[in-house]
Amino acid sequence: MSKKYDAGVKEYRDTYWTPEYVPLDTDLLACFKCTGQEGVPREEVAAAVAAESSTGTWSTVWSELLTDLEFYKGRCYRIEDVPGDQESFYAFIAYPLDLFEEGSITNVLTSLVGNVFGFKALRHLRLEDIRFPMAFIKTCGGPPNGIQVERDRLNKYGRPLLGCTIKPKLGLSGKNYGRVVYECLRGGLDLTKDDENINSQPFQRWRERFEFVAEAVKLAQQETGEVKGHYLNCTATTPEEMYQRAEFAKELDMPIIMHDYITGGFTANTGLANWCRNNGMLLHIHRAMHAVIDRHPKHGIHFRVLAKCLRLSGGDQLHTGTVVGKLEGDRQTTLGFIDNLRESFVPEDRSRGNFFDQDWGSMPGVFAVASGGIHVWHMPALLAIFGDDSCLQFGGGTHGHPWGSAAGAAANRVALEACVKARNAGREIEKESRDILMEAAKHSPELAIALETWKEIKFEFDTVDKLDVQN
Amino acid sequence: MPFQSTVGDYATVATLETFGFLPPMTQDEIYDQIAYIIAQGWSPVIEHVHPSGSMQTYWSYWKLPFFGEKDLNLIVSELEACHRAYPDHHVRIIGYDAYTQSQGTAFVVFQGR
Repeated sequence: MSKKYDAGVKEYRDTYWTPEYVPLDTDLLACFKCTGQEGVPREEVAAAVAAESSTGTWSTVWSELLTDLEFYKGRCYRIEDVPGDQESFYAFIAYPLDLFEEGSITNVLTSLVGNVFGFKALRHLRLEDIRFPMAFIKTCGGPPNGIQVERDRLNKYGRPLLGCTIKPKLGLSGKNYGRVVYECLRGGLDLTKDDENINSQPFQRWRERFEFVAEAVKLAQQETGEVKGHYLNCTATTPEEMYQRAEFAKELDMPIIMHDYITGGFTANTGLANWCRNNGMLLHIHRAMHAVIDRHPKHGIHFRVLAKCLRLSGGDQLHTGTVVGKLEGDRQTTLGFIDNLRESFVPEDRSRGNFFDQDWGSMPGVFAVASGGIHVWHMPALLAIFGDDSCLQFGGGTHGHPWGSAAGAAANRVALEACVKARNAGREIEKESRDILMEAAKHSPELAIALETWKEIKFEFDTVDKLDVQN
Repeated sequence: MPFQSTVGDYATVATLETFGFLPPMTQDEIYDQIAYIIAQGWSPVIEHVHPSGSMQTYWSYWKLPFFGEKDLNLIVSELEACHRAYPDHHVRIIGYDAYTQSQGTAFVVFQGR
């Protein structure tokens, strides 16, 4: 039925608040935590968010009538209280699939977290979760290899992968850097990592690093008889430069490269993931800048959304925090989003912060990487929290060993294997952590010294961003 | 007083992946690990290879994968039979997970020479 053009400003809720709407399986659903300006009704705020993140603008425009806006508009279909919070509320918004370009995470985020976040009627806005419909997921490449293929390529089964970041994170020459890689890998680590700050600086150009690291990886592999790797950071100034580095890593026969997906951007990340899929290369993903976006409980984007976006854009490993180390993250929330990295179906579970059922279909899983301020004493808790499909990375906890990085690596490997063995034998590893580690140390002087070195170090600060629960 | 360094020398060791950094397991400890494989619903698989080929992706199967086998003692006797037949080979047990088409776990039970 045709409509007449009626110029002027309408209330958003007349068009975009549709509580009777039943979302379609193909809709992309989003949950926002909204904090409106005082005096603005909830329905108006929620409808404004739906409008500004989809088809709407502040004024009615004549050209709307050239299309069927009912077909394209986002709709707020539900409003909920935030437990324990009077001033904010959750708005659930359904977006029709046709609003988004196939396979483009960039496009989804430009709409959902674009202009709307600067909207004046809002004091704060936070994107808590997205339910990606299967119809969209099937247009995304996802992890270039996935957990199972990665295990087969690296020949690591029945335990988490063990890694560490090379330190100091800045300032080593290529040759010195390769030495540290070699020490870690010969000591028993599976993987080492470029620090995210390492790109191609004057003290160590990327080609130097790649060549020396490749020699270190090959030598350690030859001497230990185990498969080794190093995440060569290909994050670069331009996509062209990024691909050039990736090609060189392949030429050197290296198994894995690395990208920083938020500072590098989703378009670059998706491109590099596609390159990895076509070239049989594993892809490790760092998340620098995430805390700027995800740490404030009322504004920004929750990390579970950024994690889902990465799984779709592509990556085989993603940093998720450690729960127990020096960086922010509570246990239930972390479990909620690592499920979304690894499982094929994740049910709605508010106690883990998951607002929607999320079906991933046949999309491969992503290893959860725990890194930052962790050491041998944390090993039992890390294994209990993260399980086998994870990569545990001890930077200071490797290089800080009094005998050096190789002994530090061996200490971590012994501790990890002792915990896995104890868990498999039915022991409660978190409760019995002390006994398990002390028993293992009897056969490993490296572990005994590590346990002594880090016995007092704890990072017990309260989490800033908690799950919303009634107090 | 003579100078005494507190720094030890870490010598590189050749290892065989999972549990390679632990001392050899006792019979009971091996039983526990096989019981874990069975409890996960994984199928036990026994593989062996001459030490010179330990980095190959494919080791030789001992017979066929023991699909759906729940009898701990049978698996242990097969491991021993494989070791008797190939005393100089590495022998490993795998918990094969048909759902992920991957190995739930894998570790070497007998080290060859």
